[in-house]
Parts: sequence; structure tokens; C-alpha cells
Amino acid sequence: MTHNQETETAAMNMSSSQFVQDQLNASEPRSNEMKTRVIAKDVNVFYGAKQALFDVSVNVPDKAVIAFIGPSGCGKSTFLRCLNRMNDTIEGCRVEGEIRLDGQDVYDPKIDVVELRARVGMVFQKPNPFPKSIFENVAYGPKIHGLASNKTELEEIVVTSLKKAGLFEEVKDRLREPGTGLSGGQQQRLCIARAIAVSPEVILMDEPCSALDPIATAKIEELIDELRANFTIAIVTHSMQQAARVSQRTAFFHLGVLVEEGPTEQIFTAPSDKRTQDYVTGRFG
Amino acid sequence: MNSLTIAALLLVFLGLAYQQGWSLSRRLATPQGSLHSRPVYHGSLVAIWTLAPALLVLALWALFGSTASRAFIIANLPAEIVDQGGPALQSAIQRVRQIASGFGVAGDAQPYEAAAGQALRQFQVITSATVLAAITAFAAVSLYFARRRVAPELRARNEVERLVSYLLLACSAVAVLTTLGIVLSLVFEAARFFTFVSPVDFFFGTVWNPRFSTTGSGSGEYGLLPLLWGTVMVAAIAMFVALPIGLMTAIYLSQYARPRVRNVVKPVIEILAGIPTIVYGFFALVTVGPFLASAGAAVGIDIRATSALTAGIVMGIMIIPFISSLSDDILRQVPRAMIDGSIGLGATRSETIKRVVLPAALPGIVGAFLLAVSRAIGETMIVVLAAGNSPFLRANPGEPISTVTVTIVNQLTGDQDFASPQSLVAFALGLTLFVMTLFLNMAALYIVRRFREQYE
Ligand SMILES: Nc1ncnc2c1ncn2[C@@H]1O[C@H](COP(=O)(O)OP(=O)(O)OP(=O)(O)O)[C@@H](O)[C@H]1O
Ligand SMILES: [Mg+2]
Repeated sequence: MTHNQETETAAMNMSSSQFVQDQLNASEPRSNEMKTRVIAKDVNVFYGAKQALFDVSVNVPDKAVIAFIGPSGCGKSTFLRCLNRMNDTIEGCRVEGEIRLDGQDVYDPKIDVVELRARVGMVFQKPNPFPKSIFENVAYGPKIHGLASNKTELEEIVVTSLKKAGLFEEVKDRLREPGTGLSGGQQQRLCIARAIAVSPEVILMDEPCSALDPIATAKIEELIDELRANFTIAIVTHSMQQAARVSQRTAFFHLGVLVEEGPTEQIFTAPSDKRTQDYVTGRFG
Repeated sequence: MNSLTIAALLLVFLGLAYQQGWSLSRRLATPQGSLHSRPVYHGSLVAIWTLAPALLVLALWALFGSTASRAFIIANLPAEIVDQGGPALQSAIQRVRQIASGFGVAGDAQPYEAAAGQALRQFQVITSATVLAAITAFAAVSLYFARRRVAPELRARNEVERLVSYLLLACSAVAVLTTLGIVLSLVFEAARFFTFVSPVDFFFGTVWNPRFSTTGSGSGEYGLLPLLWGTVMVAAIAMFVALPIGLMTAIYLSQYARPRVRNVVKPVIEILAGIPTIVYGFFALVTVGPFLASAGAAVGIDIRATSALTAGIVMGIMIIPFISSLSDDILRQVPRAMIDGSIGLGATRSETIKRVVLPAALPGIVGAFLLAVSRAIGETMIVVLAAGNSPFLRANPGEPISTVTVTIVNQLTGDQDFASPQSLVAFALGLTLFVMTLFLNMAALYIVRRFREQYE
């Protein structure tokens, strides 16, 4: 435990100094080093009296994919939902600690939650398109946030979002048909398009492929890899292979504690914690 | 005494048959190995087969017994009384029955009555003995055959299952048949009414003035439109009150209220639904009506204490819990994932409700609305007390009106003669009402079902 905390603090120190450096050199792009987008520090989450997360501190790098792995019930979804304050909608849920997006405190009472959620989009485990047309599904966010001033602009946003989500070719002739009529994999890509349409900075994905077959999964993984160029992505997954395939960094949770976080390769080949090793080699979980 | 005997007899047979089937199958089980069904099912099956024919006899007796005894009484009455027919015959039969039952009659019994009563008494003794014997015989014979069927390979379990399903079917048939019976009686009586008044005059007439059957042969005027108009106006006012309040209550309860608030508010609202409608009517008459009248007077509008407005508003209050609790259920069926999807895109709660929850729930809400309308149309007590009972075509809701239901009450209270159009018109009105609510309910059910399918 102590050892683990040490490594964590070390990582923290390193990345926060790096963050400061980044702030200083913001004008010069530094391609080889990762900027930090989201900083979480000592996050504790309670559902009523029950504590679900214990002092979680992690940095989410910019323009990269971070994977959250860990056995069921360890708090991955809970942590992900802290980042865009979706936990606010859960009765009795309390979040303590500090989460900063681009240096701005996410839990600052003065912050506009609605705006925050526009900046931090979310894709859910089960595809959840609205019972509206494909077009309306994607146009939903831009309409709410007034991102388009006229119809052509709106159409443009919808088309680009669908293209980025790799769905446009499949649905271009049926934009007016209900989004619920698509296949599961298409629905999930529609949900990704819907999230992209509000141009978020960060996209959170909670097991986006768990309801999909291998082919649809491969498509989404490919898509995530492409999206990395423009977005910061945090993905929860139960599939170690998926984490290894799509992410640059991986964080391993266990019983509400962040055990270890580091470059994906390192987590899978040379984890520093015994629990991580046991998990990634499939000995438990 | 008689029915008690029969019940006891049937119970004895039930126990006996069950025991026989059970122990017989037990005995069969031991040597040959396994039974297809457990002894419980063999017992049940034998019991069912034993009782079924006996119950059939009983049912036949219940159906035709009184007809038979009536025919017997008539055969024993002097011809001149039988020839009188109608109410006189009816009361003679009644008196004979009373004499036979031993309770006696008002005044002295005529000798012929006493004789007929005596004969009826004997008839009753004989028939009930026959029925008892028939039941015993049928039960015994069928017990014998049912016992013989017991065998290890008999699929008693499956057979019991099938018989149970028939039993359940029969029970639901009771409700269906009752409905059918009501509809048929409405149709036939309404048809009789239409022999007095042409359907065109009834459905398109604008004057409602049926007169009393006692004031000569003039049959009056039976225009449905003023009543229909009153009904529609009151229902519209009621929905105008109930829909916004009920819907917003439902939105609050389903989307905003914390569980603790909800657990208090919801039952309290539902108490409103439990108040008897006569109390609402009273409330309308004593409180709301005078209040509206004086409020109207204060701003210079002439509103009568009993008016379409009074009845409509109070009826709307009565319907609020109906709409709010139906809509609440429907709104809560909108999947959480869909709401999260919208919130996750940065929509506020009210935007989410307006753009996602309500559109998704719309068909269901329309269904709830239609059900509420049909409830409003059929509502009687409030309008009887508070609508003013004045069957004229009037556009001003501040004036008294009358509705279909109120008129049915009027036509059927006091002395009635079911051969006159004044009474028969109630059936035509009832039929109209029934058809209206039937269509509304069917439309509502159809829409609600379509909505359910969307999320399964
Ligand atoms: N709404 C809630 N109310 C109460 N407790 C909750 C709630 N949601 C989650 N929890 C609890 O918090 C803990 C973490 O749950 P969480 O959903 O974050 O796990 P997870 O890692 O996402 O698991 P999975 O892989 O199965 O999705 C669990 O013990 C869970 O029981
Ligand atoms: Mg989860």
C-alpha cells in the first residue's frame, strides 16, 4: 500500500510539474510529451453512507486514450461519471476532492454544469439513441447549445459528425428514419456522433462495446483510434485486449482504489503492483 | 337448508374423490415404479371429474328452476286470474310463493291461493329431492369412472393444468358475457325507443322536452344535441383544468421530486381519487358554485352558481389524480438511459423533459387523456348536483346546462313505465354514452399499447 501511494504521488508530482510546464509553453506544440487535460486529486465518492471511491488521483492526458480497467464494482463507472458530474443526477451521491478540467475546478459551485457536460461528452454502455430521426439525434446537442445559426450550418454539423463517427456512408439515405431502427453497432456510432456534434474536448465512454459483436466492436475501436487525433478520450472496458489495443495509458482500479496508472504497455507487461499483475494475467476479476 | 345440504354433499364428494384418486395412485406407484404425475394431481383430477357433472346439474336447476316453478304455479291457478295477465298475475304468483315459503301473506289467503301454495310446497319438496338424488347419482357414477382412469401413465398433471385453464377462461367469460348482456339489453330497449321516435329526430334534434308520460299521449321532443353539447362542454372544461395540472404534477413527481417527497405527495394526491363523487358534487354545489358566482359578479360576468363551469371545474379536480398517476407511470417508463443521454449532452432537466421525455411519452399521455375524457363523459353525480339541469343549447359556460348522464337519471327516477318513450329514452341515451366511451377507451388502449411496444 505504502509503496503504491509513493509511486502515485511521484506520478502526481511529475505530471503536475509537467502541467505547469505545459501552461508555460502553451504556444509551442510539444508533440512527444503528453499534455494533461483533466486532473483528479484525492477523489472520494459516497453513495449514501457507502464509499465507492477512495482517494483516487489520476491525470487524463490530452489527445490520447486512457483506459480504466478493473473488476466489476470497483468504481470505474463511478469515477468516469465524476468527470462530467453525471453523478449529480444520482440521489444520495456525494463527491469529495478535486477535479480540474484545463485547470478549472469542475466541482466549483460557480461552474455551469450544463456547459461542462457540453465540453465533456459521454457515450454509454448501452446504445441509447433518442426515439427521433437519425438527423435529429445528432442535431440534438447543437440545437440545445445553439451551435448552428441556420439550417445549412446544422446540416453541416450533422454530416461532419456522422462522417467522423464513420456512420455517414451507411445512413446517408435514411437520415429522416428513426435512430432506434439501426443495428446495435450503428446505434452506438450514432451515439458517438451525437456526442461529437457538440465538439466536446473530452469524450467519456463507459464500456461502449459491451453490447456489440466483434465486428461492430472492431469498428468502434478503429473509430476511437481516429478520434484520438482531436479529442481526449477516457474509456472504461472489461476487455484487456481492447484496453491494450486502443489506449495509450491505462488505470487499474480495485475495490474503489486506483491501484496503478501508467503507459498501457507498462501496465500490461511490467506492472508494479501485484494486484495489477494478477488482474491483467487473468488470475482474478 | 336445501342449499346447505347440497353444499355439504358436494364437499363430501370432493373430499372422497380427492382421497380416492390420491390413495389409488399411491398404491399404483409402489410396484410398477414411477407415476407420470404426483398423487396430488391424480386426486385433483378425480375430484374435478366427479364434481363437474354434479355442478352441471346444479347449474341447470339454477337456470330453469324458477321458470319451472312459475309454470307449475300458473297451472294451479284459476283460469280467470291467469287470463288477467300482467301485474295481477305477477302479484298472484308472488303471493303463492310466499304462502309456500311459510311466511304468509298480507291479508287473508284466498282458498285457491292456499291450495296453489300447498301444491307448490309439495312440488318444491319433490324437485329438490330429485335434484339431490340426481347430484348424488351423477357424482357417484362419475367418481366410479374417474377412479377407473387412474393409472401410472395417466397424465393427470397436464390434464389438471388444462382444466384449470378452462376454469380461468370461464371466470373471465363471466365479465365478457355480462358486458355482452348489458350491451344487448341496451340495444333492444333502445330499439324499442326508436319505434316511438325516429333516430333522425333523436340524434339531430335540437330540442329536449320529453314531457311526462302522465300528461296525455303527446310524446314530446327528444333531441340529443343539447345533452351532448352539455356533456362535451363540461368534459372540455374538466380536461382544461385537469390536463395541465395533472400533467405537471406527473412531471414533477416523476422527474423532479426526491423519493421522500414523492412518497408523501403521491398517496396524498391519490386520496383525491378516493373521494366519492357525490362529495365532489356537494363541494361544487355548496362551495365552488357560490364562489364562482360571486367572483364573476365582482368582475361583472354573470356566472350562475350551478353551471357548466362549476361542474366542469370540480370534475376537473376530480380527474387530476387520474391523469397525474397514469402519466406518472408512463413518464417513469421512459428509460433512464435516454434521460442520461440527454443530460450527458449538456441539456438541462427541463430541456430533457421537453425534448426527450415528453415526446417519448406522448402516445401514452394521449392514451391517459382519452381515458380521462371517457371518465368525464360518464361522470354523473357532480353534474346532477352542480350543472343546473337545463337541457338547452347554450354556448355560455356560465349558464346551467344538462348532460346525457343527468338526463338518464331524470328519466329513470320517480314513477316509470317501461313501455313509454319517456323511460325508454334512457336506454338510447345510455347506448350513446356507451358507444362514445367505448371508442375513447379503445383508442386510448390502442395508443397506450403502441407506446409500450416501443420500449420492449
Ligand atoms: N446508484 C448507486 N447507488 C448506490 N451504489 C452504487 C450506485 N452506483 C454504483 N454503486 C456502487 O458503487 C460501487 C462502484 O460501482 P461502479 O458502477 O462504479 O462499478 P464499475 O467498476 O463500473 O463496475 P462494472 O464494471 O460492473 O460496471 C459498487 O459497489 C456499486 O455497488
Ligand atoms: Mg460500470
